[in-house]
Amino acid sequence: MTRKGKRLTLIIGALAVLGLAAGLMLFALRDNIVFFYTPSELAQKQTAPGARLRIGGLVKEGSVVKNGKDVSFVVTDRTKDLDITYTGLLPDLFREGQGVVVDGQLQAGGKFRADSVLAKHDERYMPKDVADALKKQGVWQGEQK
Amino acid sequence: MIVETGHYALVLALALALMQFAIPFAGARLNDTALMRVARPAAIVQFLFVALAYGVLTYAHVVSDFSLVNVIENSHSLKPFIYKISGVWGNHEGSMLLWVLVLSFCGALVALFSATMPDKLRADALSVQGLLGAAFLLFILLTSNPFARVDQPPWEGRDLNPILQDPGLAIHPPLLYLGYVGFSIVFSFAAAALIGGRIDAAWARFARPWTLFAWVALTLGIAMGSYWAYYTLGWGGFWFWDPVENASLMPWLAGTALLHSAAVMEKREALKVWTIFLAILAFSLSLLGTFLVRSGVLTSVHAFASDPERGVFILGILIFFIGGALALFAIRAGSLPTGGLFAPISREGALVVNNLLLSASCATVVIGTLYPLALEALTGEKISVGAPFFNTVLIPVALPLALLMPIGQMLPWKRGDLGAALSRLRVAFVVGLVGAAALGALYGTPFLSILFGGVAVYLVVGGVSDIVQRVTFRAASAGSVFARLRGVPLSAWGTSISHAGMGLTLLGLAATGWGVENILVMKPGDFYDVGPYRLGIESVDARQGPNYSEIYAVMAVRAGDRTLATIEPAKRNYPARRMQRSEAGIVTLGLGQVYAAIGESHPDGTIDARLYWKPFVTLIWFGALVMAFGGACSLADRRLRIGVARRAVALPEAAE
Repeated sequence: MTRKGKRLTLIIGALAVLGLAAGLMLFALRDNIVFFYTPSELAQKQTAPGARLRIGGLVKEGSVVKNGKDVSFVVTDRTKDLDITYTGLLPDLFREGQGVVVDGQLQAGGKFRADSVLAKHDERYMPKDVADALKKQGVWQGEQK
Repeated sequence: MIVETGHYALVLALALALMQFAIPFAGARLNDTALMRVARPAAIVQFLFVALAYGVLTYAHVVSDFSLVNVIENSHSLKPFIYKISGVWGNHEGSMLLWVLVLSFCGALVALFSATMPDKLRADALSVQGLLGAAFLLFILLTSNPFARVDQPPWEGRDLNPILQDPGLAIHPPLLYLGYVGFSIVFSFAAAALIGGRIDAAWARFARPWTLFAWVALTLGIAMGSYWAYYTLGWGGFWFWDPVENASLMPWLAGTALLHSAAVMEKREALKVWTIFLAILAFSLSLLGTFLVRSGVLTSVHAFASDPERGVFILGILIFFIGGALALFAIRAGSLPTGGLFAPISREGALVVNNLLLSASCATVVIGTLYPLALEALTGEKISVGAPFFNTVLIPVALPLALLMPIGQMLPWKRGDLGAALSRLRVAFVVGLVGAAALGALYGTPFLSILFGGVAVYLVVGGVSDIVQRVTFRAASAGSVFARLRGVPLSAWGTSISHAGMGLTLLGLAATGWGVENILVMKPGDFYDVGPYRLGIESVDARQGPNYSEIYAVMAVRAGDRTLATIEPAKRNYPARRMQRSEAGIVTLGLGQVYAAIGESHPDGTIDARLYWKPFVTLIWFGALVMAFGGACSLADRRLRIGVARRAVALPEAAE
């Protein structure tokens, strides 16, 4: 094969691999995207039950009810509340008033069934948009930087 | 006074970095050797000053000097000594200082071990390294000064984030930094080659050991970071596809591709333009990672609190260096001489495919990390792409990559015989199939675990087959086996060991499909099945640590009626930060681990617990250690050793 021919083979081969990878990526992006909402955004969006979502907000004070492994609590952005149910262990940094992110599905009836609850490393952490919302309402308590 | 010395040392380091950039660069343009030679002492002294500043900050932490904001916010007088030292890099300012320390250390290493390099290449490389140092020193001094004071020192500090108080964190960040900042050396070499317009096999001979060095450190750093997350975060996982983790994986993938393409460039003078591009890419991805972690554009599980001013500054640095290097690349790449010819089926051909697959993996991680950011910026929609995205794309890419690794290793340079290579791998194929069948019979579904388990076994056997066959070729006698063993070059050992290590890691990853997870509310005395073992709580008690109190459970791990081990998962409470953290109870049984974490205890005497059985899990990290060891073997090879590229200088320029 000539030098040109070889280069052509190489380029075609490379394009084929990259095309395949890009195709896989688009496919994966279409099926595996999880939208992130605050409770207020969720209320606006009128999302159908069953959708996989990620919800960020604060754990409402006094809302945590435990019953064995079953836990229910309310995530709030101080405008809207969302009832969450979860089965399993809560992370170490889970506290009332603390920022959390929950992954799961919206149930019929407006409750949210979480299959994972994340609290963040740093106690200063809070989902960015929740922090923004709190600052807007003047109830922000973190450091003003 | 001492603190001011540290601050002043940083300012001096900045001045030296600027000198290191400007003087040798001018020297190289004017062909003035004396000016070019300023680069080496400047790089070494710059490192000494940054090290002094770093030492001062460490001292301030050790003596609990609460007149420093950084010490107040991240230390506590009662904190154990080791965490006073590691706490220095457990926060934004300190970790940036460590970043610059490593950067200037790399510059000093190049200055020390480049006696054989052509003056011009060295001057340009150190000049670029100096510019990098200047940019980051300026960043620290302007936005993240670790030496900032307060007027009225408090009596006590706020303590280090308890999650960071762990031996794992005392070790893995410096290794990670050594890895991804280490790629700055190769970046500077690439920029220097583009500036000088001369790119040949000799360049690859200089650049390859540094690539290996950074790659070994990064491999170890990622593995240790992952093990740390696994045992401290208490959720039983070792990789979260978190943007901060991806920040280290992106340069690793690019660096792995670079390692292989640089070999082709050195041996065969081919893939030159591509290798230079990868050298730029690997460090650009390190910079991108630093930007993502430090700027606050993403709220990651690991991200430190940060503010937008810093983000904009780092973004500026990012655009300047990546943009500058790519622009230089665009201008020069077209005029670079093309390299040697090779048949599609050859070692080079296999390495080209390897590079394509690694690049595709790297692109996947980059897109998975940046796509949510881009979408939010463009549409305001917040999304996350997690493990399902990465699995969907990376698993189909990993499979051909793994199958190809031993085959490529068996193919000779220039023109190979696929049939011969495959026949040398007969044993590996058979053992791989038997392994898959055995794993399937023992552990059962999921099919993906069986498939990758088999591939992993093939990879381990295939990796070492080359060495075994070199040694036992034509049934040699015992004496000549030994002689042949000594005759196998260290770099061939390195390839075999690293590939086998990849196989071990893959087996550990495949086996995650066979793990067992139980979330329970346990009572003392009750035993539960976890995989092949039984676990039960013997007692629950409280005790006091140096700066925490903890509730711990004594758990017995049994096989039948025999108690194999007791583990003590604990829940710690750190009063200074009002924070809790889990301490997992882990026992290694064979290659697998029983892993237990406890949650809250209830008034009725029960306690929440997570119990896991993870077969082969230790191989994930052990495999990475083996990979890094293979890299170190290659690095120890005389022909590859840093600074021993003397022969290369005499090579004719860009021979076809």
